[in-house]
Amino acid sequence: MADVLQLLIGGIANGCIYGLVALGFVLIYKASEAVNFAQGDMLMLGAFLGITFINANGADLPFIIGLVAAALVLGAFSYALDRFVLRAIFGQPQFAMVILTIALGFILRFFAGTYFGYDPVSLETPFAGDVWRFAGISIAVVDVIIIFATCALTFSLWLFFGRTRLGMAMQASSQNQMAAYYMGIPVKRVNSIVWGLSGVVSAIAGVLFAAKGAIEPAVGLLFGIKAFAAAVIGGFGSLPGALMGGLLIGVVEQFAARYAPSGSAQIAPYALMLLVLILRPGGLFAQIAQKKV
Amino acid sequence: MKVHFKASYDDDIRLFEDRARLLKYAVLLGLMCALPFVVSDYLTGEITLVLIWCIAGMGLMILAGHTGQVSLGHAAFLAMGAFSNLWFMEQGIPFLLALPMAAIFTGVVGAIIALPILRLSGIYLAIATIALSIIVEDVAIIAEPYTGGVMGVFAPPIEIFGTMIDRYGTPKLFYFLCLVCTVLVTLAYANLLRSATGRSFLAVRDSEVSARALGVNVTRTKALAFGLSCAVTGLAGGLYAHFVQIVNYESFLILISITMVLQVVIGGLGSIHGAFFGAIVVGLLPQGIAIVRDFLQGTAGIDISAYPGLDTAVFAAIIIVFIVYEPQGLYGFYRKVKAQWELFPLARRDMFKRSKSYLKTERMR
Repeated sequence: MADVLQLLIGGIANGCIYGLVALGFVLIYKASEAVNFAQGDMLMLGAFLGITFINANGADLPFIIGLVAAALVLGAFSYALDRFVLRAIFGQPQFAMVILTIALGFILRFFAGTYFGYDPVSLETPFAGDVWRFAGISIAVVDVIIIFATCALTFSLWLFFGRTRLGMAMQASSQNQMAAYYMGIPVKRVNSIVWGLSGVVSAIAGVLFAAKGAIEPAVGLLFGIKAFAAAVIGGFGSLPGALMGGLLIGVVEQFAARYAPSGSAQIAPYALMLLVLILRPGGLFAQIAQKKV
Repeated sequence: MKVHFKASYDDDIRLFEDRARLLKYAVLLGLMCALPFVVSDYLTGEITLVLIWCIAGMGLMILAGHTGQVSLGHAAFLAMGAFSNLWFMEQGIPFLLALPMAAIFTGVVGAIIALPILRLSGIYLAIATIALSIIVEDVAIIAEPYTGGVMGVFAPPIEIFGTMIDRYGTPKLFYFLCLVCTVLVTLAYANLLRSATGRSFLAVRDSEVSARALGVNVTRTKALAFGLSCAVTGLAGGLYAHFVQIVNYESFLILISITMVLQVVIGGLGSIHGAFFGAIVVGLLPQGIAIVRDFLQGTAGIDISAYPGLDTAVFAAIIIVFIVYEPQGLYGFYRKVKAQWELFPLARRDMFKRSKSYLKTERMR
């Protein structure tokens, strides 16, 4: 029993990071109907920024200040990315954006590798190695922090989209760009803002990820696809759904690694996603209806 | 500009518009036949690889360019074609039978996989196919009796009517083998496009709703397109296995899938020419970068080999330039230049201006 609980907590903590990256996807998708295939690489950049700001041989800032600095820098970077690169294909079919972000991911990976090096590095945190024990299970403090941060972030983003004027404007501009223009929404600027916001979220995810394990430039692609699976399972376009999908994938992966035959742990998340897609094409929190003429 | 006066319905679907067009392609084929006797054996090998990429690109082009279904996981079918071809040959089936059998096998498997997956559309289809590609990577390790596990499988030598063909021993013969396959696939593809089936593919791409209204069975058409696309890709996979001599799970990583998509986009979606242009870029880019590197090192003393992964970054930068400035790809660029040339000096600047477009959601809330 303790064994199962232990796996469950580890899975939830991993799942939270998948969920955070998936949140980044969903944010952009909700506001601009674009799918950002470079999201995993933004996480990687965020993690490296965090390491630069926080580690002793970097800027040596306190953890919280370093986290905020990384989030601000990556947020500004992705705002600029949208403003100066992605805006050029504004209004083009969705597929163009997919190709463009895949290509951007390659370039980000190249620059990160050249600048930060290809060796895995990890973040030095004040709570590294701290463990709480009770009732036969041990919980790493970093896992607890990840879980709380994720829940808080998801909840505030959900409030932001549902309750604030800017959030509403984002939803409107994704559903019908032209109508949103007519309603007086500066659609292009709204898009850039949401990219910036997504950058902030992926910086936080990246720093938390680096606090848990080592990071290297190549981590982005596969991590991005896994987070993608999380977003799909939850139903693209639903914030709580993205978190749920992330948690599901994290937990399934842990249990498959423990109990299922070897080699199936890597497949499990994708098999789960295919299953969900076939049985419930819109994801668990579906937002897509049959297309009408 | 030449004006074609169409006197019958057959003129609309003729394979070659006129004699001049036919002559041009005949000259091109003649040049391709003469090529291995002019260039070195090493370059012949590289061009062979380009031909294999052409076939694979045509496979994806059927699906992405002409049916409008984007697959980001076609390396999975490349792998299936390669492994099944080698397995058939190990069972003692001669190459001439094993290669088409591998293609048919891949096509049938693809069509079966397609039926549930093709209920998805757009971005969901892309994600599902990515997942497929990753799953096949791991399955290639697990299914050891067929794929040799982590070690991989060696390609046995090819024997056709007593002639031994080997990539290193007889590079010229292997080149001609690939050239014949490329020509056959291209002709089949061009013929497909002028048949009712091919036109139903285009109808599905342009609008599923109107295709359905015209009596096209959309599900069947999509599954057929997926199957055909997989079969052609499987054929390329079989040839690729003989080209690299040893294949294992690492030969067909997700990066290959992505490269294939980038290849058809850079070439120009929706045209057979596009698959060829894209293959030339993908196949010869590493060579080009190597030449530039040697040049820079020799003249300016700049050592760019200190930056690993530069070729993928350059490739990505080219993609970005194309997506932003020329979404029709190299073939679209070629057509523009050609039109300017033929109309000279009457071409107007905004002849190819793109109309302003707005995105509309597929979500109905």
